[in-house]
Amino acid sequence: MRDSHPLLEVRNCSLRFGGIAALTDVSIKIEAGELLGLIGPNGAGKTSLFNILTGVYRPTEGEILFEGGLIAGLPSHAINTLGMARTFQNIRLFGSLDVGMNVRTSFIARLRNGLVKTVRRGRSFRNEEEGIQEEGRRLLSYFGLEHAALHPSRSLPYGDQRRLEIVRALATKPRLLLLDEPAAGMNPTEKEELKRLIARVRDEFGTAVLLVEHDMKVVMGICERLYVLDQGKVLASGTPSEIRSNPKVITAYLGGNHGEEAV
Amino acid sequence: MFLSYNARIKNPRVALAAGIAVAVLLQLGGGSIDSYTTQVILFAAINVILAVSLNLVMGETGQFSLCHAAFMAVGAYASALLTGKALPALFPHLAWTGASWASQLTFLPVLIIAGLIAAFAGLIVGGPSLRLRGDYLAMVTLGFGEIIRVLLQNTNAVGGARGMEGILPVTNLFWAVGAAAVTLYMMISLVHSTYGRGFHAVRDDEIAAAAMGIDTTRFKVTAFVIGAFFAGVAGALYAHAVEFISPDGFNFLRSFEIIVMVILGGLGRPVGVAVAAILITLLNEWLRDLSQYRMVVYALIIILFMIFRPTESLGPILGRLTPQRFRGSRKSEAPKVA
Repeated sequence: MRDSHPLLEVRNCSLRFGGIAALTDVSIKIEAGELLGLIGPNGAGKTSLFNILTGVYRPTEGEILFEGGLIAGLPSHAINTLGMARTFQNIRLFGSLDVGMNVRTSFIARLRNGLVKTVRRGRSFRNEEEGIQEEGRRLLSYFGLEHAALHPSRSLPYGDQRRLEIVRALATKPRLLLLDEPAAGMNPTEKEELKRLIARVRDEFGTAVLLVEHDMKVVMGICERLYVLDQGKVLASGTPSEIRSNPKVITAYLGGNHGEEAV
Repeated sequence: MFLSYNARIKNPRVALAAGIAVAVLLQLGGGSIDSYTTQVILFAAINVILAVSLNLVMGETGQFSLCHAAFMAVGAYASALLTGKALPALFPHLAWTGASWASQLTFLPVLIIAGLIAAFAGLIVGGPSLRLRGDYLAMVTLGFGEIIRVLLQNTNAVGGARGMEGILPVTNLFWAVGAAAVTLYMMISLVHSTYGRGFHAVRDDEIAAAAMGIDTTRFKVTAFVIGAFFAGVAGALYAHAVEFISPDGFNFLRSFEIIVMVILGGLGRPVGVAVAAILITLLNEWLRDLSQYRMVVYALIIILFMIFRPTESLGPILGRLTPQRFRGSRKSEAPKVA
């Protein structure tokens, strides 16, 4: 069953706030394990698309299918447990928790021991806690954050905070990871590291990635396919080189004759 | 390598057993404690239960509840009806006085039933209003507190505005201190676990918590219902300690007093909150002699407390004195890399 469906399919979705159309008749498809980019000028509807995918908003029209099942209208936490995780444009870490615990919160939805067993602290609780600590530690060391496990998440350098958000999202074991402008505010070295990190996430965890990003170097460098949004509509889709040479994209996205900045 | 990060989370039941042992010893040695001191200890223990349970809602989960005293009232009236009417009617041939075996042995189920009824009230209030983000809960709980008070005032079966008197003095040092120990144990072991971090995640960022798969509504309602349960237990203990309850004893000011304890103790620090509850109980007693100037001095001291926050810093210090395993792995302030 699963194989006959794309991982994620957005069918003719629209999102309106009163008279303002944030998204109009948007259709996109993501295959399992794909590394897909989503670009567009400010206000094109990229974050709105993220928000209808992750249940923050319900699309006014249209259907969203994840592995063949309808997910539009489900609450955020239910969509996450189905296998879709995200990061945020403005970093949203749990500020009062340390780095290790930020990652461990991702296991809460999948805990076998609930309230009563937690208070009773039996063997099953202890085994599960130890397993979670171990897995959290492994994930952190895999992404080079182990040294900071006990630091407050707020004290991390900016690039590490973004990385931690990705690790936290990965800890929910998603089959689709949505990254909302992960390179924002990063310096060139950090951006190079980020590119490698995203590629590793896809190659070693087999997670499909949908990347929203303004930085063309990052997007063009790693994405296999791109969608271009403009004014809430899908303007074009294709490989990076197709998009780069698409005159419609150059005009809409970069405005007039500034095509040379595209790369 | 990472000492506390990998720390095995062991069983903190030893600490709970110690707390209950203290309660038993206090009760056995109770003859040598005068009745005034006894009452102060009872009030302190009841306030600890109230403050620590409200801390789960306000401090750990970040939801502003203004009707903790109303849940206390529900527990107080429910238990008073149970011990005063229901139990003697069911078992008329048993002796029902404060210290009698019948009332002492039935007090545990009475406390639990009172807590459950309060928890049910919590579910009715919190269930709908906690679905929303923001300050709706504050408004709804403010209203609910008044509704309970007015309902009690106008229900003749529970004495109306006159209240209920002649409640059996079943609460003793064992019940009050024991219940406080159980409450504190439950709250600390709940929060120091992966499950308990869900409350903190909801407090820090609801949108991010939901995006990580945490059912935020469920966590908020759970915290609220557990908080209401223990407020109900505290109400039952209170009713059977003072032997007289009236609707005015559970008004907004009572709720506010509990909120002050939670804030003074440092939101989200159960041990600090418990210390603050004890200190405020003692403060109330020390200021009794000042009669009409009492509230002035009380307010001044609270303001000074707020500025210097002595209890908040006391929390972590006392926390460090408790065994490492009890604290689980919460050591974000002091990273230890060896």
